[in-house]
Amino acid sequence: MQRRVLLGGALALTVTGLATVTGLAPSAFAQSGEIKIGEINSYSLLPAFTEPYRKGWQLAVEEVNAAGGINGKKLVVISKDDGGKPAEAQTAANELVSNENVAMLVGTFLSNIGLAVSDFAKQKKAFFLASEPLTDAITWSKGNRYTFRLRPSNYMQAAMLVEAAAKLPAKRWATIAPNYEYGQSAVAVFKKLMSEKRPDIQWVDAQWPPLGKIDAGPVVQAVAAANPDAILNVEFGADLVKLVREGETRGLFKGRQVVSFLTGEPEYLDPLKDEAPQGWIVTGYPWYSIKTPEHEAFLKAYQAKYNDYPRLGSIVGYETIKAAAAIIAKANSTDPDKMIAAAEGLSLSSPFGEITFRKIDHQSTLGAFVGKTALKDGKGVMVDSVYRKGADYLPSDAEVEKMRPKD
Amino acid sequence: MAFYVVQFLTGLASAASLFLVASGLSIIFGVTRIVNFAHGAFYMLGAYVAFTLTARFSGALGFWGGILAAALIVAAVGVLVEMLLLRRIYHVPELFQLLATFGLTLMVEDLVVLGWGPNDLVGPRAAGLKGAIDFFGQQIPSYDLFLIVLGPLVLGLLWLVFQRTRWGVLVRAATQDRDMVAALGVNQKWLFTSVFALGVFLAALAGALQIPRDAVTHEMDLRVIVDVFVVVVIGGLGSITGAFVAAVLVSELNAFGILIFPKISIILVFLVMAAVLIVRPWGLLGRAEAPVRRTPGLTVNPWRPLTSRERIAVAIAFLLAASLPFYAGNYALAVGAEIAIFVIFAASLHFLMSTGGLASFGHAAYFGLGAYGTAFAVKLAGLPMAAALVAGPLFGLLGAVVFGFFAVQLSGVYFAMLTLAFAQIVWSVAFQWVGLTGGDNGILGVWPERWAASAPHFFWLSLAVAVLAVAGLRIATFSPFGFALRATRDSPLRAEAIGINGKRIQWSAFLIAGTVAGIGGALFAYLKGSVFPDVLGIPLSVDALVMVLLGGVETVSGAIVGAIVYKALSIWLVSQTEWSKLVLGAFIVLIVVAFPKGIVGTLDSLWHRRPSSLKDAMLASKIETAE
Amino acid sequence: MSSQPLLSVEGLSKSYGGVHAVRGVSFALSSGEILALIGPNGAGKSTCFNMLNGQTAPDGGRVRVLGQDTTGLKPREVWRLGVGRTFQITATFPTMTVRENVQVALSSHDRKLFNLIAAMPRYARQEAERLLDLVGMGGFAMRACGELAYGDLKRLELAMALANRPKLLLMDEPTAGMAPRERVELMRLTAQIAREKSIGVLFTEHDMDVVFEHADRILVLNRGNLIAEGSPEEVRRNGEVRAIYLGEGLVYDARHREGAAP
Repeated sequence: MQRRVLLGGALALTVTGLATVTGLAPSAFAQSGEIKIGEINSYSLLPAFTEPYRKGWQLAVEEVNAAGGINGKKLVVISKDDGGKPAEAQTAANELVSNENVAMLVGTFLSNIGLAVSDFAKQKKAFFLASEPLTDAITWSKGNRYTFRLRPSNYMQAAMLVEAAAKLPAKRWATIAPNYEYGQSAVAVFKKLMSEKRPDIQWVDAQWPPLGKIDAGPVVQAVAAANPDAILNVEFGADLVKLVREGETRGLFKGRQVVSFLTGEPEYLDPLKDEAPQGWIVTGYPWYSIKTPEHEAFLKAYQAKYNDYPRLGSIVGYETIKAAAAIIAKANSTDPDKMIAAAEGLSLSSPFGEITFRKIDHQSTLGAFVGKTALKDGKGVMVDSVYRKGADYLPSDAEVEKMRPKD
Repeated sequence: MAFYVVQFLTGLASAASLFLVASGLSIIFGVTRIVNFAHGAFYMLGAYVAFTLTARFSGALGFWGGILAAALIVAAVGVLVEMLLLRRIYHVPELFQLLATFGLTLMVEDLVVLGWGPNDLVGPRAAGLKGAIDFFGQQIPSYDLFLIVLGPLVLGLLWLVFQRTRWGVLVRAATQDRDMVAALGVNQKWLFTSVFALGVFLAALAGALQIPRDAVTHEMDLRVIVDVFVVVVIGGLGSITGAFVAAVLVSELNAFGILIFPKISIILVFLVMAAVLIVRPWGLLGRAEAPVRRTPGLTVNPWRPLTSRERIAVAIAFLLAASLPFYAGNYALAVGAEIAIFVIFAASLHFLMSTGGLASFGHAAYFGLGAYGTAFAVKLAGLPMAAALVAGPLFGLLGAVVFGFFAVQLSGVYFAMLTLAFAQIVWSVAFQWVGLTGGDNGILGVWPERWAASAPHFFWLSLAVAVLAVAGLRIATFSPFGFALRATRDSPLRAEAIGINGKRIQWSAFLIAGTVAGIGGALFAYLKGSVFPDVLGIPLSVDALVMVLLGGVETVSGAIVGAIVYKALSIWLVSQTEWSKLVLGAFIVLIVVAFPKGIVGTLDSLWHRRPSSLKDAMLASKIETAE
Repeated sequence: MSSQPLLSVEGLSKSYGGVHAVRGVSFALSSGEILALIGPNGAGKSTCFNMLNGQTAPDGGRVRVLGQDTTGLKPREVWRLGVGRTFQITATFPTMTVRENVQVALSSHDRKLFNLIAAMPRYARQEAERLLDLVGMGGFAMRACGELAYGDLKRLELAMALANRPKLLLMDEPTAGMAPRERVELMRLTAQIAREKSIGVLFTEHDMDVVFEHADRILVLNRGNLIAEGSPEEVRRNGEVRAIYLGEGLVYDARHREGAAP
């Protein structure tokens, strides 16, 4: 029995190897008329977020190729699922880089996966454009020269919200955030920026329910007991639904201002339907009220192709591929160093207006909309929303340089 | 004061839904001895079906009728599952049942996304109970009051059913002694089916009742199932009153705990569970289990070491594997190294399970501790790679010393649950203690030094360590220690009577398994260049279990084949399909039902197909009935 | 030294929930002596046995082995003092071969349980085979223990019990479940080994043929009390014993030769 066990083991290892060799053969001779981009995201874990994102980038691929490709070469995107696990994202990244010989890696939604791929990119000297992860670390404390990021970061979202929150009369603040890195750093940045602008405010309570397992009733009671004037919320998804429902029933939000991260994004606001909170100050994406020509062109193309409205993920997915194509076109090469040189300082148009990839930290200046939530036709919407350019909500260059490790 | 009363009532409301799910799980376990991992999936299905029904039929009747109908529909699904799947696996060891129902859970998760789409769904508020009641200036949702009444009501109804109906008496009798009921000529099949239907009904009802206060998502199942396990284990498996007491205890501790330690709630339940199990190993109101079923319990073929011809074959196989870098690319080598690392991990669990009879459901804790230990050694202590590879596994050892000591005091399902609880505690610490571990952003930059950095070098390193680890575990299996461990597994009574201190032997085996898992984790940290909390997570623990099962739990080294096949398959699956959970779940169910002996075990019995195989089968069934 | 009894029991008591299973039992056993403990079902024989090797803690009384107080010791500690035991329902290791069963006991006796390196299949092989030969199981050494017939398991248990060169053997219904001819053989073998190595044997038994043929002395328990003690002849003539047994219809009752079902 043992013989077959071990023999079988070795054989399976060998077979895996051989299979890979044969799999490797065609990709080693990539057709010269193509440029391949490797894309990774949590399609199976977070379909609600990644489906609109995928639609966005697929639209962009079509548009790029319809316009003649990248310097005449056809753009091909090879997409992989990471199952929501950093380790699997790395396996996928390795496959894309080593086997598929992609020009660059793009994608990722969760912060930890973005960081894992970014660290991989640094180690393997591969170009990586992180599209959605929010963590500040990816461009600052754990930034590296191979990694760029598109979406406005945690810090930028916080700074946009602080600008509005500081104008409120509220002095007593409470915070509710999921107890993990994103929740903790969102609260930390918000508190830091807020306290700078308003030294007079007090932080009277902080609730840290576990991610995905909020026991909303007791949390709402506990916050109410601290009697704050205003509440900062970082909860999202199903946790947000529970919080809103309990909070509304128990009157937590009555007479209190609420400032909330990301809640205006259709991904988070739409599931709440007629129970969407009203009057919250949020960041988000009011696709129905953006009247710029760039956005209207995008919206028209998107709705024509999918017969559906875009979510924020659609914008990010779309712009990711547009940016990738622009970088490769400008570098006119798939050499990582040349692409980095091309990307640093590169400006291009987006549905939200022109954006630039900053040389200093590789963060794009894509912004977000800040507005108030309201109910309209039994649906949550953002009203009074204003586009905030990303460039205006970033710390000074000196501060950035202090945070970012030297390459 | 009013605040504390309201907080208490809020805790009771949370307890009610927890109790509904937990009581169903407990009833099913009491009679069928199946720990139904899929209970969370039925809870989720209840919520989804209720969402659809309440959306279609409006009004009070539509809402409450929809809730009830949803629970009934899902109970009918439960009956189908019981008849098609569970009936085939009542006789197999409990570990297999847990895995089969886990596979079912994976499938359901993908199926609801296929059926209802990926978005979170928000159902209607409860008809007639939308508002809140003022209590000295505090608002209590009237739906909460409804739930507070519902919990004891269901408890009372269940009590009546079990005390006052013939069916209830049979169920209680079966909970006490299964063979007795069979001997009395009761149709066991239908008793089991009806009990399963009741349990599923309660779970689905709890899920349906969540829609006025929760979002319906495809992650509800895992969110609830771990808490429910904890509640059931604290209360005592099989005890409904125990489940109620535990649900109230856990919910109230949570409601008041967050006032003092807002960050504690995720760990709190596990701490309570660990504390209860250490003081009362069978839960608050549980009874001591009959001696655990003999593990593994499918065959009694004695193991034997390799013959010299087999050793040569192994050496050839090893050389073939070692020659991989001469014809494979970097990606294949990275996959090869990952497989080798999972061979180490699976082999360590296999040693614990097959030789020790201890099915750990939290083995990832030691793998992950090894990985984090390595990352700390590199990042905090600045150790070189060789030293970090030694320091990392010591973390796994340390974890095993502490947790193993408590875990080996228990056996069977309780052992599995306690190891799961410990793993969740470690995971929570890594996930939430951002200052030390970086939280879910992990620890980056743990890349190998130059001597091991190239893909072939790292592959050879992993392969060599894997071979050493597997060989070491094999030697240990055939050593006096390994036999003492098996002796404790086969017959604790006899082992004790020939001077073997079973608990110490099992604890030592736990340390060995934990350390070897830690070695795997240390290499894994270097392979990925980073460590994230999911190296400690339940999915990784389950992966290891599936590898062992797939290889064959009754073989000496089946986990090697299990790890290779499973890892290669899942890497391939993830890169091929987004419905990997559906495929993987179906795969797990298939193995349990059709090949409970695993790949190696099945090949082995084919190899040995001789007249005695019939005798084996008869013997196995004799052992089963003897239990 | 030789004057000291091998096993001495004083005032051993145990009750379960108010029911006295064993009440103030005292007796002694010297080396080379074969002592039978008999009594009707529920007389407290097994409870008594389990207290002797530490499996059950007594409520009162003392157990001494070679002068050393073993009350409250665990079975494994009692075993280390040279006390071997067999069980009413055999307890062996079904997934090992017959020889490995004995080898485990031998390695434990040699205090090699935490040896992670030695190869068990070669461990003390001759000694294991000698023990198996001794109980007539030499031909079964490589058989899977799980495949053995019940009588063979009983003999294997005896071999395992002999592995630590015991001074005292505790045998709880050694012949239960065996065919009549096997019973006689096994007890004859046991008696022979005991006398050769001057091992003291205490056994319980339902089969009176076996008891009266092999026991040097007999203890009779009834409802937890020791009601008679003496040579087989004395016990056979004891009126109280006859009353109990005749009353219960147990003496020489052929039905009970089929063995007490567990």
